Amino acid sequence: MSPTVPAPATSAAAGRAAASSPDTSGPEIAGPDTAAGRSVAPSTVLDREAGENSGGTVAGGPGTPSPGGPRRRFLSPRTTPPAGRRRPTRWGVVAASAAALFFAVALVWPAALSPRDPLALDLTAALQAPGLAHWFGTDEAGRDLFARVVWGTRDSLAIGFGATLVSMTTALVLGSLAALAPRWLAAAVDRLIEVLLAFPTLLLALLLVAVIGPSAVSSMIAVGIGTAPGYARMIRGQVLSVRRSGYVEAAVALGHPRRSVLARHVVPNAVRPLVAVVALSIGQSIVWASSLSFLGLGVAPPSSEWGALLEAGRTYVTHGWWLTVIPGLVIAALALTTTTLGKALQDSLERGER
Amino acid sequence: MTLASSTDPRQLSLPTPSGGAGGPAVPDRASSWPRLVRRVVRRLAGAAVVLWGAATVAFLAQVALPGDRATVIFNIRAGQPIERTPEELAAINAQYGLADPVVVQYWRYLTGLLRGDLGSSYQQFRPVTDVIGEQVGSTLTLTLAAIALAWVIMVAWVTLTAGRGPRVSALGAAVDTTVAGLPHYWLGIVLLLVFALRLGLVPVISGTSPLGLLLPALTLAIPLAGFMGQATRTEFETALQQPFVVTARLRGQSDLGVRLRHVLRHSALPAVTLSGWALGATISGAVVVESVFSRAGIGRVLVTAVNSQDLPIVTGVVVLIAALYVVANLVVDAVHVILDPRATTS
Repeated sequence: MSPTVPAPATSAAAGRAAASSPDTSGPEIAGPDTAAGRSVAPSTVLDREAGENSGGTVAGGPGTPSPGGPRRRFLSPRTTPPAGRRRPTRWGVVAASAAALFFAVALVWPAALSPRDPLALDLTAALQAPGLAHWFGTDEAGRDLFARVVWGTRDSLAIGFGATLVSMTTALVLGSLAALAPRWLAAAVDRLIEVLLAFPTLLLALLLVAVIGPSAVSSMIAVGIGTAPGYARMIRGQVLSVRRSGYVEAAVALGHPRRSVLARHVVPNAVRPLVAVVALSIGQSIVWASSLSFLGLGVAPPSSEWGALLEAGRTYVTHGWWLTVIPGLVIAALALTTTTLGKALQDSLERGER
Repeated sequence: MTLASSTDPRQLSLPTPSGGAGGPAVPDRASSWPRLVRRVVRRLAGAAVVLWGAATVAFLAQVALPGDRATVIFNIRAGQPIERTPEELAAINAQYGLADPVVVQYWRYLTGLLRGDLGSSYQQFRPVTDVIGEQVGSTLTLTLAAIALAWVIMVAWVTLTAGRGPRVSALGAAVDTTVAGLPHYWLGIVLLLVFALRLGLVPVISGTSPLGLLLPALTLAIPLAGFMGQATRTEFETALQQPFVVTARLRGQSDLGVRLRHVLRHSALPAVTLSGWALGATISGAVVVESVFSRAGIGRVLVTAVNSQDLPIVTGVVVLIAALYVVANLVVDAVHVILDPRATTS
């Protein structure tokens, strides 16, 4: 967060938008013509990337919004991957997969993980520290925190998925318009994206919440719109780079109609790398949405949404640290899980292309 | 959309500098001034368009408030939703000029902005600039302290761990990624619990003292350091393998010296670029962090205003931050040129 904005998304998290946002929105934000942004990567990187990417027609994953720009791989773990050697087991990916499995079960069948009722009050067991009876402890009304976290997965993920849907739809429309529309419209949309990028994610979301009022649906929309500009920029770059690539030129030269070139070459190749971004975005959206709840401007406390749990636990921060620390840890774990899996997916997509 | 009518500033600004400075004929190395001027003008024009767009978005948000605006404002003031009499509403309409056509309101809003007038709060009966002006210093202090701290942490961490064999490098990168994903509210609470409540080293409620600034700034700085670290590490490890590093080592410079004096300069550019972005992200984070540490600032003002739908304050804060952000990116551009002279000729 931080993105929020870290986000960057998250957030910064920018703001942190997705963890990939510094290498997408960051340099791109520098201006309409990112001459300075381009030259960030020293020429050596250019050489290296050129060697590595010579055959690559789809110029890079979501990390490369710019057509023809050097591919900058902040996401890759090593600078020079040993060629030909088998990659060692990546324990991060294994752990992330296990965590993803846990969240998936909690989403589909929460009762399997915690048979307790997340809303059952038990005043005799109020504010108990984590232990064998209550793994994550209990809150001020004796509700089992583990049960609440597990059952809250549904609310949290629903907002995450919803926000990602809103975000990706908006970004696809804006990004494709900015890349493919007639020149005047494309320029205008490009400007619009740039204007929206000037608002940090959380602030754009807060602006929307101020207009439509706080609720689960509004935090979904607010977070979706808040994270959309960064992705729109990314999609624009992606579409442009695909459109200017050799195989599209070849298809045009062969006389295929524009419409079919778009449908059969440009769209699929521009959209494929987005799969990884969607994974990143879900995690980041949950972080942003929980930030809204934490500020008291998202989902209201009776819900078990993780941000709402945190907000409710803040009152008891001196009596029960677990009420804030554990839900926050779960949110961070989910964000880390989606980031790790998203990057792994991106890596494998890139390797598959070569 | 209003923006559709905007002219591309590149087309607008292009003729000016080339016409003014010796004709458009020779844009080569000998006279890089026209280029530089052109670049600066273009950049400034772009920034102005973005600012105008941001102000327009903020205005549209005010207009988009659902329901009759006069009624909404009245209810916000009274704190209870009731049907209002036309006389009561007429007073509000007169005060805020809500009965005028939207275009007139838009014009008044824009001209007001140029004079530094952001309108007046629905709830506090005061000009928005006063409300923001009281609080902005605290938030800016926090933000700048956080960015400075993030640089220190990032440089130390990357210098220590980058290019030190696969294990240490992998550990460094893993810490970058993990830390970059930590939500501010959570990190803030953990730091608060450990340093303020358990160890009692710093005050629980962050006042104006430098010590009170430490935890909030650290909360913002740690994830940011992770972000910038991710960007810097790759460049750092590439730069370490350059011939000039070998040369410097051959001259007898220590490893640490090479890293700090040569490699860092080459690898810091992405992080410089990120710093402009970071200002926006950090202010976003500051909204949350001020809430965690009960610290005064525009973040608190913003949250209160969003809660009561006091839109002039919300849009005022948002426009101000967008403006800061645009200015910061201009500064980053300038720093870029200083650090990497190649950027001027591109």
